[in-house]
Amino acid sequence: MEGSRRSFLKLAGVCALGLGVKPAVNAFSADAPAVGPFSLNPGALIGKQWAMVVDMKKCWEKGKEGCKDCLLACHKVHNVPEIGNIKEEIKWIWTEHYENAFPGQESHFMPEFMHGKPFVVLCNHCTNPPCVRVCPTKATFKRPDGITQMDFHRCIGCRYCMAACPFGARSFNFKEPRPFVKDIDPTFPTRERGVVEKCNFCEERLAVGQLPACVTSCKVGALTFGDAENPKSEVRKLLAANFTIRRKAETGTQPNVYYIV
Amino acid sequence: MKMYNADKIIPGLIIFVAVLTLPFWYNLGKAATPPQPKIDTPVIQQMSEKTCILPKTEMRAGHMQMLNDWRTQVVRNGLRDYTAPDGKHYNMSLQNDCMKCHSNKVQFCDQCHNYMAVTPYCWTCHVEPKENK
Repeated sequence: MEGSRRSFLKLAGVCALGLGVKPAVNAFSADAPAVGPFSLNPGALIGKQWAMVVDMKKCWEKGKEGCKDCLLACHKVHNVPEIGNIKEEIKWIWTEHYENAFPGQESHFMPEFMHGKPFVVLCNHCTNPPCVRVCPTKATFKRPDGITQMDFHRCIGCRYCMAACPFGARSFNFKEPRPFVKDIDPTFPTRERGVVEKCNFCEERLAVGQLPACVTSCKVGALTFGDAENPKSEVRKLLAANFTIRRKAETGTQPNVYYIV
Repeated sequence: MKMYNADKIIPGLIIFVAVLTLPFWYNLGKAATPPQPKIDTPVIQQMSEKTCILPKTEMRAGHMQMLNDWRTQVVRNGLRDYTAPDGKHYNMSLQNDCMKCHSNKVQFCDQCHNYMAVTPYCWTCHVEPKENK
């Protein structure tokens, strides 16, 4: 073949143009998450950073004394065992007193209405989660929608994440949990001995278009769930209208559960 | 060449070989019955077209890879919808989808797994269907 320098340069130019156009084509391609035959459920809730606002005032003022609806609902749908021993207890959502939930922010002269009152606490699904950083198997990871998710299949039970989490949001299965689950919900797995577990922000319910179980179970609407990155979401409206605090914000983990006190 | 203690060694060797091969003699002519997984569950009986997600042969050979892929897609990527080659949509869930049809774990899963001497540990966490045992 008698190729001239001119035709070679033409061809090279066309090739370079093609490479230059590729990113632009990528940008216009559909951004619905799908890989081969796998795709998102059609009715799934989609967000960029799921967050929760807990209105403790509503909980205390309107809720009944000792109401545990959110705790029971969560532990029911996720087959969380009730071990009955505080050293081995498993908890996804639980209550703490103010001085334990917000250490360093307490004062000698707390208002009377807060004395001995329960604060609803759960995994904060931090924007900068230390549990994800320390996990040696990537069993804990950050989803694109901001949920700090656990892959129980990968957990080797090293408990680094429990040491790393400043909120005590993770529990270890010291014994086989299944005998301690009263009525097993057949739609959700249990865990096995030797894995860590925690709140998953009801990732399995979001996938079918439902709000988290704790949110829907609260009769007084003290829990609000939404996308913190969406300025029109319920969560953002509450955050704009109220002064809120977060647990141990000074640790820099950027918790995504906010409290109205 | 003279062999010392041949009267003890040779019978000893014969007994040793006999004992070593005893399992073969014991099971001679007795082939283990190959498993016949049953699919006569109420849900499958009511299907007009009794088809699984993929053709039977593919499911039989590759269900473990499929379950592994599904696990990755659901847990790691949050994608829960599977479009089968025939265009049908499936919710990728062992407990909520596979076992809805194959609600006879003992007859369907365990038979082959026992025959092949494999012990998948799905059911230490995933809840197996209630069966009439």
